[in-house]
Amino acid sequence: MHKLRITLARLYMGLFLAFMLAPLVVMSGAAFNDSRLPSIVPWKGFTTHWFEAMINDGRMMTAFGNTLIVALAVAILAVIVGTASAILINSISGRVRTVLYSMMISTILIPGVVIGISTMILWTRMGGLLFEPGQKLWPFIPGLHLSVLGQVSYIAAMVMLLVLARLQSFDAGLEEAALDLGASHAQVLRRILLPYLYPAIGAGGAVAFFQSIENYNVTQFTRGGMDTLTVYVFSMVRSGVTPAINALAFLLIMVTLVLALIYEINRRRLARIESAREAEARRATALEEAI
Amino acid sequence: MNDLIRRYGVTITALMCLLVAFWLVMLVIVPNITLFEQSFRPYLPVVDVGGPKDVYSLGNYAKVFDGSIERSIFGYTYIIPVHVMTFGLTIWYSIVVTVACFALAYPLAFFMAKIANPKSLPTLLLLLFIPLWVSEVLRAFAWWIILAFKGPLNALLLALGTIDKPVRWIVDYDGVVIGLTYTYVLFMLFPIYNAIQSLDTNQIEAADDLGAPWWKIHWRIVLPHAKPGIASGCVMVFMLSAGSLLVPSILGSTTSQWFTQTIDQWFKDALDWNTASAYAFILLLLCTVFVSIALKVFNVKLSDIAK
Repeated sequence: MHKLRITLARLYMGLFLAFMLAPLVVMSGAAFNDSRLPSIVPWKGFTTHWFEAMINDGRMMTAFGNTLIVALAVAILAVIVGTASAILINSISGRVRTVLYSMMISTILIPGVVIGISTMILWTRMGGLLFEPGQKLWPFIPGLHLSVLGQVSYIAAMVMLLVLARLQSFDAGLEEAALDLGASHAQVLRRILLPYLYPAIGAGGAVAFFQSIENYNVTQFTRGGMDTLTVYVFSMVRSGVTPAINALAFLLIMVTLVLALIYEINRRRLARIESAREAEARRATALEEAI
Repeated sequence: MNDLIRRYGVTITALMCLLVAFWLVMLVIVPNITLFEQSFRPYLPVVDVGGPKDVYSLGNYAKVFDGSIERSIFGYTYIIPVHVMTFGLTIWYSIVVTVACFALAYPLAFFMAKIANPKSLPTLLLLLFIPLWVSEVLRAFAWWIILAFKGPLNALLLALGTIDKPVRWIVDYDGVVIGLTYTYVLFMLFPIYNAIQSLDTNQIEAADDLGAPWWKIHWRIVLPHAKPGIASGCVMVFMLSAGSLLVPSILGSTTSQWFTQTIDQWFKDALDWNTASAYAFILLLLCTVFVSIALKVFNVKLSDIAK
């Protein structure tokens, strides 16, 4: 009976993985189908024509570039703001901490639609107050910079959570020691605290980057005529889609796969080193006891 | 705070406070206050803005009750304003998605946390992460291909002999629910997995030894322990579903309308930002109410959700 249940669980696991991954396979497959509509049935023969179509699609390439710029800007800003918030939250306590912390987390729960509209209205209205109508200047006009600000407003919270988790295991004594030995404030921050936080900051940056690429809701309301990849793909799906999108999706999936593979190989290597080290330690203890 | 100044000096501390203030004040609080204020203003031509007609009113909120249609359910016919119905259906189908995600994710989370071989677990997690890294629009698009009338799913089921003739999958809200479930199920899986992982396996074995049937073990031991994770997953999935604009737009049928789509139409098509603000504020209110209720029901704190 117990065995049967475990087999069933394994089967379910397999089915779930298939459910998660099948759409990606279908989408990749459609990139190579010589059919004007993106699908894998009926199969009309193998072609790489859609990859050429993708490269020749100037608007898509512009959108791709915009996406990367926005994602980079969001990652940088979110990392700076998120790290500063984590350090601040970590060093205060009591009611102030609770209020600040709750406010920061609640930004994750605000619907993107609300963030988008509110950001757009605030900045355009500030422009309306500062300038005569018709001669509004950057940054008070709609555009991707507003998308960046809108996205940072909730992505910073994710970075904050990641950095805060690492900060909690930080030994503040290290900073004390550095200060006692005559380090300046900037040195303490740069040489002691930040190096300790780098793994979390790196992870936060990666999360921010990918979250930004994903984002549609905020961008849709603030972009003001500019395209990002998500917006462009969306408009294509609504009005005349070609498998060029599938070609792009295939490339993106491949990039993800390669990154995942590198990560996995690296993890296994580290695990092997770790277990070898443990084995050696065991041998050493056994040897000591024998002597 | 004094501690910060002692460690990093006045300049750096002030800089950090400024950054946090910029985030919370300029990017969160002020925009939302502006949204709130704007939602009470009437939609006027540019010349009239700030003029005598520009007075606060509840007019934008009242638009929710405009334009009624007749609907019938279980043979009982009633008249309901279109936007109220959209709002209600958005909540209802978001709940459906949340329940579906829980039903799909819970057994898997338990399997991963307690049964699966710990050595193969990182690989498993990585495989599950891959769809999460492919953007949402592409995942919705993938389902758009799969669920098409002449698409792979129908072809597969026809070949297997499960169905005799192609099924229309994207009718009413079906496509939206399938797409949202696929997109957000992992936001349910990981919190529950984390919660179950911290459960001492001895407790399960003790219950098993004492003769508890498997469902009772789950009901009395695993589920109560996983409560914070479940709360976190449910809140995330519900909020993301109710706030999603992409999936309902791509996988929606002619008869489905999501509340975010209504907001989008006020903003982009009608160019009436004030009414869009009012509707966005209603959505924000719904989310706040939902989170508060979920926190009460599950008896957890907001700070537990974020884990």
